Amino acid sequence: MNAYRDKKVISALLKTIGKKAKPLPTPCRIMEVCGTHTMTIHKYGLKKMLEEIGIEMVSGPGCPVCITPNEIHEAAITLVARHENFILATFGDMTRVPTRMDSLQNTIPHRGSSIRIVYSPQESLELARQKKEKSVIFFGAGFETTIPSIAFLAKQAAQENLKNYSILSALWLIPPPLKAILESGEIKISGFLYPGHVSAIIGRKPYEFVARDYGFPGAIAGFEPGDILLGISSILEQMKNGKPRVSNEYSRVVPSDGNPIALRLMEEVLEPKDAHWRGLGLIPKSGLKLRKAFENWDAEVKYGLDIRAGSGDLPGCRCGDVLRGLISPTECALFGKKCAPDFPCGPCMVSFEGSCFVHYKYRELNSR
Amino acid sequence: MVIYLSKEPNMCLAIPAKVIEVDEALQAGKVDYLGTKVKANFALLEGVQAGDWVIVHAGFAISKLDEQEARETLALLREIVEKSEPAGG
Repeated sequence: MNAYRDKKVISALLKTIGKKAKPLPTPCRIMEVCGTHTMTIHKYGLKKMLEEIGIEMVSGPGCPVCITPNEIHEAAITLVARHENFILATFGDMTRVPTRMDSLQNTIPHRGSSIRIVYSPQESLELARQKKEKSVIFFGAGFETTIPSIAFLAKQAAQENLKNYSILSALWLIPPPLKAILESGEIKISGFLYPGHVSAIIGRKPYEFVARDYGFPGAIAGFEPGDILLGISSILEQMKNGKPRVSNEYSRVVPSDGNPIALRLMEEVLEPKDAHWRGLGLIPKSGLKLRKAFENWDAEVKYGLDIRAGSGDLPGCRCGDVLRGLISPTECALFGKKCAPDFPCGPCMVSFEGSCFVHYKYRELNSR
Repeated sequence: MVIYLSKEPNMCLAIPAKVIEVDEALQAGKVDYLGTKVKANFALLEGVQAGDWVIVHAGFAISKLDEQEARETLALLREIVEKSEPAGG
């Protein structure tokens, strides 16, 4: 693994990128779609090193906790605050997201109810099997990387006819927001760094429209610093020769056609729906929900939840503008003052892959 | 003892894990992630065997590492280093 972090490798890659960037108009702005890419770029100081050679990295919408709108977080809070004998199982960062009803972490569960932090969604299914006297709800947000595991749970619960189990999910697809960003024309971007592990599931094809219909170069990249620089190098190469495509610089993990078992499972259990993203608004066919055959395990249906889009942003929080790439987190008036990882005002400061969190954590390393 | 890994639950972990145990009936088993034994579900992959390297996301193995491709990427990195260094250095 060391080669991907080796000092010699990194400086050679930066040199190659610098040479390619020179004749191109500056600054060359590349959107890293995935939040974990944002993390690597900042953690290893690549942000600053790239800026020095004329390349500006812009964070994209790839943080599921961040783009899940208030109303879904509030639905989870309502469930556990108003119902007896519920167990709401969720990922740790989801419990810290502030909403207009405070956060899950600060919610007092109803009699006999509790909130459990899980690492794997699978743990929630095990909980339901063990605690038949409780209603277990898995509350999770995720992209294509996480979606197959949630589809697996729904199918498993249906097979076992596990009546005390359901899923409150916010499942997001990566290609539709890219299209929305391109269509809006709000930000000037020269190319896209595509997420590595989303691509391990969906493969290369779903991004092809970006090159074909919009003429933008792109590369699928892994999560080591060397991987990210290889991706950027490929994007610049495509710009230089005027032949945009989707290159795969993470072929050791990403098969061209993705993961067929995961894709089949998603197709079997889930169907597309129009979904409301924080910051990006309503995007057609950008979310997934359980198919009718699995609706007994859909918490939204089972508990008649009324999740209404557009419940409004938190006062002063500019997560929405950050997610659209309109401002850098440091341009938000709350950043580092009223809003920090210990007392976050919005989800982008909560999640480990949230742009505000990452900018705050590595602010010394990347400041100019 | 087997534990679930990571304080950063939703993130994409860059480092592959080595499969140490597979229960085919359960489509699950254990992987070694940086020296820690971790539970993993293998239902999303075909024919996972002990010794394979996999990417695990939120408890599910989502991709098997392709050794040939890994070697090619490493060779490419080596080539980039050689090209950027002055000859005879």
